[in-house]
Amino acid sequence: MAEAKTIIRLNNVSKSYDGKTNVIEDLSLDINEGEFVTLLGPSGCGKTTILRMIGGFDKPTAGEILLDDSDISMLAPNERPVNTVFQKYALFPHLNVYDNIAFGLKLKQIPKGEIDKKVSDVLELVDLEGFEKRSITTLSGGQQQRIAIARAVVNEPRVLLLDESLSALDYKMRKEMQLELKNMHKRLGITFIFVTHDQEEALTMSDKIVVIADGKVQQVGTPEEIYNEPANVFVADFIGESNIFNGVMTGKMKASFAGAQFECVDDYENGKKIEAVIRPEDVSVVKPGEGQLTGEVTSADFKGTFYITFVQCGQYEMEVHCLSHYKPGTTVGLHILPDDIHIIPYDMTINNYEGVIDGFSDGRGLYLVFRDFAFFVDAHKLFPDSRVSKGKLVDENGTAIDYQGKKVVAFFSPEYAEMSDDDKAGDVVGKIVSFYYIGDHYSYTIRTDSEIDYVVDDEDLWNQGDKVSVLIPKAKMKFRIKEEEEA
Amino acid sequence: MKRSWFDRKQLAFPYFIYLILFVVMPLLVVLYYGFTDEEGNISFTNFVLFFTNGRTMGTLVYSLVIAVFVTVICLILAYPVAYILAKGRYARRHSFLMVFVLPMWINFTLRITALKEILTLIEGNLAYYPFVNTVICMVYDFLPFMIMPLFNALTKLDKSMIEAGHDLGATFPQVMLKIVLPLSIPGIVSGITMVFLPAMTNYVVLDMVYNSTYIMGSLIGSYFNAYDWNNGSIISAILLMFIGLFTIITDKIMTKEEA
Repeated sequence: MAEAKTIIRLNNVSKSYDGKTNVIEDLSLDINEGEFVTLLGPSGCGKTTILRMIGGFDKPTAGEILLDDSDISMLAPNERPVNTVFQKYALFPHLNVYDNIAFGLKLKQIPKGEIDKKVSDVLELVDLEGFEKRSITTLSGGQQQRIAIARAVVNEPRVLLLDESLSALDYKMRKEMQLELKNMHKRLGITFIFVTHDQEEALTMSDKIVVIADGKVQQVGTPEEIYNEPANVFVADFIGESNIFNGVMTGKMKASFAGAQFECVDDYENGKKIEAVIRPEDVSVVKPGEGQLTGEVTSADFKGTFYITFVQCGQYEMEVHCLSHYKPGTTVGLHILPDDIHIIPYDMTINNYEGVIDGFSDGRGLYLVFRDFAFFVDAHKLFPDSRVSKGKLVDENGTAIDYQGKKVVAFFSPEYAEMSDDDKAGDVVGKIVSFYYIGDHYSYTIRTDSEIDYVVDDEDLWNQGDKVSVLIPKAKMKFRIKEEEEA
Repeated sequence: MKRSWFDRKQLAFPYFIYLILFVVMPLLVVLYYGFTDEEGNISFTNFVLFFTNGRTMGTLVYSLVIAVFVTVICLILAYPVAYILAKGRYARRHSFLMVFVLPMWINFTLRITALKEILTLIEGNLAYYPFVNTVICMVYDFLPFMIMPLFNALTKLDKSMIEAGHDLGATFPQVMLKIVLPLSIPGIVSGITMVFLPAMTNYVVLDMVYNSTYIMGSLIGSYFNAYDWNNGSIISAILLMFIGLFTIITDKIMTKEEA
């Protein structure tokens, strides 16, 4: 295979809207010519900002964006050989289909005959032959989507940007458009950069997926690589369903987690703290005592092609996707092949906590309850488009947001947390279980009575076993709604 | 179920009474006087006189010219302001809007008096430039009424439309001309409605700056001052018909725009 040529290169790009917090932080990324690249991440991770910077609608605060090795970061959108398909299509309602598609061509002063030909060709490409005279407002969502794509590709851009372009379509339409977009990409041969928060969509369509969280690239790879070899716990958790366990290496290609010993194929040093990722479909149910784990089925829900079965193995819970139905209460064995265990070295820098939303108060925000602490948080941090109407939290369309009981993952960077020897000064109290020196500060892990670890950076030297309280940086916390399993 | 004696319909009652007393009744009175003579007999002489009398027709044409000038100048001044207020990246754009609309809160006689002083300072004698002064005073008075509807229309305009225009290769002037302007036509139309008709009739402004310019409003006033209810009323009625016609036409344009 010939060496792929880089078409777009982001070099150490940062973007800040308010001059204080970076939405994108020091991000570097290469996109090859002709690839279908998906930027995937939870809402608010900065993926749309990256797309907007490539399109020219936002300018990077630092770093450069190269197209064919020349810096385009400060060029206006109309000076770039790049076209965008907008999230809500942004078709011009005062123009008909023909004039919408011909908009870019007319500006280039292409002869009328040639424009006519191009418009009818591109309408054929999107399967809407003969729609030239139709008014935009008479088109269905799916048709508008196609016209938006036609309007962009008719200009023969080097790169086509698609900003969550399928999210407004219903489920079936979306599936159809996914395949059509993929075919279109093959036929046109231009580079597609697609932004989505839908991992399934990303896995279906892409040649390459870029997983983004918190303004940083988490992993770049083919859909298979991202799914089978997640680079960190975030990716494992975000892409597909995962069972994740904390554990340690106990020998060459041997690991201990979930209260049992496992053979694996990843080789890390003995005693290293690890996280083991196991996909629910890779766990097979066997007779009790025959697998590595034995447990009791707690629930089994039919999902069309399989049952989502939860098995409680001592204190650990395992999600299993199996074809047969096991009644809750049945004792089963669980077997996992070495190849299906993915070992990730434990990331000591991450403080991720799962909690639930328990109520909302106008003025104070959403009440979040975590294992060790609870507090109010500004509703916009969880629902960016929300607003308050008549004391209730509603979304941009004015419909009430169903927040009660929603699972939330909260995260804070260790650098923002503080430690104190005064029990009452902090939010949680625990003992320092480990610490190590990194460059210019110590990183402490504080474990509370409920066995939850808090990683805190501090410049002073404390002792192992010290009882301290941790001041959780609520203002600096980042939040993510944990989506329910897809229905 | 027993119907409550009080339902939503009753809420309209106070306004309904107001409507009868202060809108429908006076309108009928105007129509009655317009189509009767001094003795109270039904007559079309006033109506015919309106179109045959050189004085009324001349005033009508002159009023139209003034109204056109005032409207166009208001539009040219208000559009950029409304655009910047609606699309600029200001944290408190509604406060900025207030700055432009605030003059409406000050009593208008006070405002016009202040303007009169300023104009006198510049021109010396206001009587030298009746036309210019008329236009200046009216533009000053009506500008906020042009800014508001334009601001509303431009705020509703999706920013991605503008971005899509740029994305497809249009420069800023091209985006303004081909996208923003056509999409803000509803705002322009309601702005014109708010400014054009008052500009034809609001003679109080002119009286206050000792202006000799005669517009339709002044004409009606002069008839009424001479206790000629019939001729004053027919002019009012005819202007009302103009307004009605204008509203029907713009309504047609608007519905076509939406379809």
